[in-house]
Amino acid sequence: MKPASFDYVAPRTVAEAVEALGDTRRKAQVLAGGQSLILEMHLQRIRPQLVVDINRIPELDRMSIEGDELRVGALIRHAAFEPADAVPGPLGTLLSRAVVNIAHPPIRSRGTMAGSFAWAHPASEWCAIGVALDATVEVNGPDGARAIPAGDYFLGPYNTARRPQELITAVRLPLLGENSGVGFIEHRRTHFCFAQVAVAAALTMNDGVISGARIGLVNSADRPVRARAAERSLLGTELGTLPKVLRLPDDHPFARAGRVAAQDDAAPVAEPYADAEYKRQAIAVLVGRTLREAASDQRARMAAREEGHR
Amino acid sequence: MKITLTVNGAEHALDVEPRRLLADVLRDDLRLTGTHLGCEHGICGACTVLMDGEAVRACLVLAVQCDGSSVRTVEGLTGPDGEPHPLQRAFSAEHALQCGFCTPGFLMAAAGALEADPDLADNPEAIAAVVGSNICRCTGYEPIRRAITRAAQEQRETTV
Repeated sequence: MKPASFDYVAPRTVAEAVEALGDTRRKAQVLAGGQSLILEMHLQRIRPQLVVDINRIPELDRMSIEGDELRVGALIRHAAFEPADAVPGPLGTLLSRAVVNIAHPPIRSRGTMAGSFAWAHPASEWCAIGVALDATVEVNGPDGARAIPAGDYFLGPYNTARRPQELITAVRLPLLGENSGVGFIEHRRTHFCFAQVAVAAALTMNDGVISGARIGLVNSADRPVRARAAERSLLGTELGTLPKVLRLPDDHPFARAGRVAAQDDAAPVAEPYADAEYKRQAIAVLVGRTLREAASDQRARMAAREEGHR
Repeated sequence: MKITLTVNGAEHALDVEPRRLLADVLRDDLRLTGTHLGCEHGICGACTVLMDGEAVRACLVLAVQCDGSSVRTVEGLTGPDGEPHPLQRAFSAEHALQCGFCTPGFLMAAAGALEADPDLADNPEAIAAVVGSNICRCTGYEPIRRAITRAAQEQRETTV
């Protein structure tokens, strides 16, 4: 099928875009990268009467460091995060490890991070990273600008706290401290499939003891999940040598955290080829592996820093 | 809506409905039927073209979004005298096509990657990402990977 008819505007400023979206007589839709929206319009599951194309608003096409946060404008494409040094520190590493799991290069050259937050698919990599890191979603609407914490933003599949007349202008993510290490691992059937399950993790270490843990679960509930119970189970744990074998011993803190995440944090929704029990098993295994990746990333950073001091 | 589209270097003034896709305008209005439409879901990649130098799915971009942009299609790959592009020669040499339906998409995705990275030959992962972007039901992908690698090596040798 082809998209049904709609009116089209391409505003040049955020103010003009907000004004266009404020027209409540027509069902409006923001077009950024369009890599989900235009597909939905093909299938006519979304039939907007007005498409507000924000691609010609230069002020949205900016990425900047503001204080201890990264601010990602609404037009920053997925591909921008592919180089590991596009964003400084462990956050840059996390985003670059996650982004290669989002579709493939011709989609990543158009799709945007803010668009993923707007679409709020439960299998979105960015959205799970957003809840794990306490991201902030900046929106602008007829009643002015407001900032929504990621924890309050996701309400369900494709359902968010953004009001229909509001435009997402940016997403803010905290830069992770130098004592942090990160990991991201995704499990899917083929390269062309969405994640069955994926995990994002950031560990902060002090003298070999875990002082902070952030774990985000992709496609493990009807919305992105922050695995708080699993995080709590790790705090204060002294980490010895990391097991070299692929399968973590059952009594390893990371394996334990994986089981906690699967049982207490996740609420998996059954899908074809992945029922809830299968997903719980995958979550338990992937959380353990991702934590190990984060711990080894943290150690590599410490070693590199000591090398630099010598 | 009136738009200006530069396709393979030629400027076209067009009047298109906002609902029309870049792929349909290329094929139906400009009669550039080298750009193929397979799934129209953004999955198969047969419709891949270069928009301002970047590979995009022409089925997931509205023509009106390209107003003022420069688009390159598979028809724009050949040289001025009709000689094949190095990628086209490499696809032929490596038997990287059989039925040919997917070939324009693979050629344009590879052309975008080649132009963005002169050292693509040293980056097998980037080549694998290009090959993994589109669907081919004939070749099993390996000949396509070899062809892109061959063209990338050739490009580097001629630019040194």
